Amino acid sequence: MMRQMLAIAAKELRDGVRNRWALAIAGVLAVLALAIAWFGPAASGRVGFASLGATVASLASLAVFLVPLVALLLGHESVVGEAERGTLLLLLAYPLGRRTLLAGKFLGHAALLAAATALGLGGAAAVLAAAGAAGEGLWPAFTRLILSTALLGWVFLALAYAISAGAREKGRALAGALAAWFAFVLVYDLVLLGTLVAAGGRLPPALFGALLVANPADAFRILNLTGLEAAEALGGLGAVARGPLVSAPVLAGVLAAWLAGLLGVAFHRFARREV
Amino acid sequence: MSAVLEIRDVQVRFGAVTALAAMTLTVQPGEVVGLLGHNGAGKTTTMKLALGLLRPQAGTVRLFGTDPAGRAGRVARRQVGFLPENVSFYDSLTGREVLRYLARLKGRAPREADALLERVGLAAAADRRVRGYSKGMRQRLGLAQALLGHPGLLLLDEPTVGLDPMATAEFYATVARLRAAGTAVVLSSHVLAGIERHIDRCVIVGRGHVLAAGTLEELRAEAGLPVAIRARGRWPDAPPVADDPAAGVWVRRLNGHQVEIRTTPARKLAVLRALAAAPGIEDIEVQPPGLEALYAHFDARLHGGGGKESRGA
Repeated sequence: MMRQMLAIAAKELRDGVRNRWALAIAGVLAVLALAIAWFGPAASGRVGFASLGATVASLASLAVFLVPLVALLLGHESVVGEAERGTLLLLLAYPLGRRTLLAGKFLGHAALLAAATALGLGGAAAVLAAAGAAGEGLWPAFTRLILSTALLGWVFLALAYAISAGAREKGRALAGALAAWFAFVLVYDLVLLGTLVAAGGRLPPALFGALLVANPADAFRILNLTGLEAAEALGGLGAVARGPLVSAPVLAGVLAAWLAGLLGVAFHRFARREV
Repeated sequence: MSAVLEIRDVQVRFGAVTALAAMTLTVQPGEVVGLLGHNGAGKTTTMKLALGLLRPQAGTVRLFGTDPAGRAGRVARRQVGFLPENVSFYDSLTGREVLRYLARLKGRAPREADALLERVGLAAAADRRVRGYSKGMRQRLGLAQALLGHPGLLLLDEPTVGLDPMATAEFYATVARLRAAGTAVVLSSHVLAGIERHIDRCVIVGRGHVLAAGTLEELRAEAGLPVAIRARGRWPDAPPVADDPAAGVWVRRLNGHQVEIRTTPARKLAVLRALAAAPGIEDIEVQPPGLEALYAHFDARLHGGGGKESRGA
């Protein structure tokens, strides 16, 4: 079973490398990281590396849009794509359990996402270090960024799997994935802020903080802002970020809980799927 | 010898839809069984049952003596090769990569894949991406994966659809070799033409029921459907055989030098003798009733005239 799972994971990884997914993700992240590092302070009238805090904060704000989208696009075909190709029926006719199949595929995609993230952001960090642009804090900050970005990617990959496992057609899975991205990344914050304003201060700050952190995208954002001097400048978000609710382990825990929960949904839906 | 596959009085429903009402199919080692019927008759459902991908609501399924949908089903599936009707593999991988991947999933050594590529005639194209494969090459790759692990039972769903005559002939030559080696084969088809010579026995399914089972000769004799004979020749006056409905001979002139004669199996030889002895005869062609006619006959018999009975092929 383990060997089958690894064979499936290796195949997904190879697929991803071959159809340039890995390269595209790594490339976009690296270019963004370097562009932000150098051109980020352009608004203040100069070009060149400004501060590590500002760079990481800007990168996290961009990654929170980009990485969930990439993960959803990467994973939305996982089950329904195989079903439409006819290979799902074929693979399930093999001496292979459904859980092994899904776990292998997820493992492969998750490894691809993590490797591409590490390559892209790590490569950018290496360029920054070689240019002597940042001091000692560079690697710890980027390590945290890379790990949390991978975790964020896995959460949305699991969401894509949950969507795919229950979808009848690829088109519907794609629509579901885009709707999920829209809801988590764009609409959630808007609705939350709207509620806050409409409540006119009657919303307890602790509840607001909990609601904010409950969204994996926000949990990721805050995780990368805590401990940064830039957080001071971020007003409301920064205030939440300084609260006791949002220590880094708690935020990572929120992401891990989403990952586990969504994977559970994906496995459950796949087990019940008719072939 | 014990049966490789035994499906007995099985019922499968999807919600309100009954896919199989009463399916029975037994396959012995070294036997080639044709599963015949229209699209939607229950052929693919039957294969899914055999593979344990569906659980029947009633009846029993035994694959190599175990329940394929049960815990031991996974072990039993190691001895089964399956070629689904529509499968398009992984376009970005080469044929060799696809087959090695599937070999690993079946618990076989990757080098077995290389030998199989050779065997199905894909060795030269093995390192090209599947994207560029023709329909025939894809089907050969499909057959190769079904042969991984020397299966005792092959389930082939519409294996020759879309294949050109050469590829079809090659395909059946492979089936014949496997059969000689003791492999049981179940192949489904919605047409009779082309497969009759390659199957030992057939099971005609329709509306989720077994309409008829046996050898094609047995079924034809049982149905007693008319045979169509076409004769071509030069006969200035009347055709060499006269129309005689009372005796079971119907003659229709197609044009000046061609006639079509329909007759009962009992009268067939008499008509052929008369044709062969006629002066000016040039060619005789005999067309036994096809699947369509057999299907209509047995369907009508089972469902009390519910189906339209047609005359001849």
